[in-house]
Amino acid sequence: MSSLPTIKTRPITVSQDVPISKTLPFWEGLKQGKVLATKCKKCGKVYFPPVADCGECLSSDIEWIELSDEATIEAFTHVVVRPLTFQDEKPYTVAIGRLKEGVRILAWLVGFKPSEIKVGMSAKLTVIEKDGNPIYVFTKPEQS
Amino acid sequence: MRKVAVIGVGCAKYGVRNDVNVAELAFEAFKPAVEEAGISPKDIEFVALGSAGAGAWYEENLPAVVVGEYCGLTGAGLARCEAACASGSAAFAMAYWAVASGQADIALALGVEKMRQVDTPTMVEFIGRSGYYLWEFHYFGLTFPGYYAIHATAHMAKYGTTEEDLALVAVKNHKYASMNPVAHLRNRITVEEALRSPVIAWPLKLFDCCPITDGAAAAILASEEKVKQLKVETPVWVAGLGYASGTANLSKRRDYVGLESTVKAAQQAYKMAEVTPDQIELALVHDCFTIAEIMAYEDLGFCKKGEGAKLIREGQTEIGGKIPVNVDGGLKAKGHPIGATGIGMIYELVKQLIGEAKEPSRQVPFKNYIALAHNVGGTGHYCYVTILKR
Repeated sequence: MSSLPTIKTRPITVSQDVPISKTLPFWEGLKQGKVLATKCKKCGKVYFPPVADCGECLSSDIEWIELSDEATIEAFTHVVVRPLTFQDEKPYTVAIGRLKEGVRILAWLVGFKPSEIKVGMSAKLTVIEKDGNPIYVFTKPEQS
Repeated sequence: MRKVAVIGVGCAKYGVRNDVNVAELAFEAFKPAVEEAGISPKDIEFVALGSAGAGAWYEENLPAVVVGEYCGLTGAGLARCEAACASGSAAFAMAYWAVASGQADIALALGVEKMRQVDTPTMVEFIGRSGYYLWEFHYFGLTFPGYYAIHATAHMAKYGTTEEDLALVAVKNHKYASMNPVAHLRNRITVEEALRSPVIAWPLKLFDCCPITDGAAAAILASEEKVKQLKVETPVWVAGLGYASGTANLSKRRDYVGLESTVKAAQQAYKMAEVTPDQIELALVHDCFTIAEIMAYEDLGFCKKGEGAKLIREGQTEIGGKIPVNVDGGLKAKGHPIGATGIGMIYELVKQLIGEAKEPSRQVPFKNYIALAHNVGGTGHYCYVTILKR
């Protein structure tokens, strides 16, 4: 790294266990190809990403709802210089899409040529399998 | 609340500083600040250390105690402040409150960051994780340039801002950094070079991005009574301070053409200082990426929303223009050692307000001696606006 004298710190590899018990229906839903959000039963606020507790009214009485799949792309970027753990990926597009429920989702946008991607265009929210895991992405809407 | 002045500042040379460790680098900023203030380390009652990467991209988990011991500050009240890229300004605010409240007569805000002890993909990984890891990074690997690139595509689509406009910001800030001895990147660049530079996260290219920088900066704050006691010739007063935050999930923001936290923090700071945006004579804004400077012009009220690009095209943010911005080179070219950046801004504002900008070629002329620092953490996740008056 440095041309000047240094000593190397003791190396460690860290990977934390992130609890998902309270949002398990979301992770189970993905396996069935569904993208689920939560809705506060008390105040009606819809949350994506899903939450177990409502930050508006502090109620923990929530229900699970399935989101619609039509999104409008509000902003995006093509990530070329990639982080350490994404070095094996090709450059990818990250986009923010708004659904009719009023929530927005940040996810990869796949299946488009970069020149086709524009702010304001439509995309379909769907679940694909990647490296053995289901992930939600935006893709091309079916042509009518 | 008591009046608080900045009575001493220091700034280490920004850059790739593999010649020093975190404590040695902090010392380089600390010593001149203490000397300028005419005090000794033992006079400092409270220390707020701004640093974001402790234990991640540099080796010390508790940099405040390590730096504190190294600088002869052991015994003083001590804390590390984290507000991502605004950690320095958060530390400055904490030191300000310590003095304003009457709890301390002299407090130190010290910022330090060592970002060049790991390689670039590791750094991109750490900074990319500094949003909402679970929902934005784990599956989607959104990087920090990516966060701002998302704002750039939205701003370009709504207001017609162009890649050339973004390049103009880089050209201006490199020009001023070439005149700043503490700056990391001191080369001047052209619009063509900026546009031809490799894409990092489209539409942002290499020259739209701040470098990965090591650096440190220090500011010593004192009560009015201490200012008199120490016979400080030209005290610079903290006239306004504003702060706000934004959602962790980028998907929950109101829009992507500005930063709401900037608007809110600025309104608070202007109110406290009893000034309006048109009275600001120098502004250092958070230009980690060129689009951020254009959005800052708008969000700080230097122009109407959507007219930021016009301001840079007309040269209004150069010295001699309507509102000189980032005449130290900005984060873009002076560099962005995360935890030090906000205090590095205070250093520059104080030097400018007392008429000692280095080099003199970039000294801003003042009438009313009012200047502003705008420091964002994340992509509007945190924001601090500080107004200083001589």
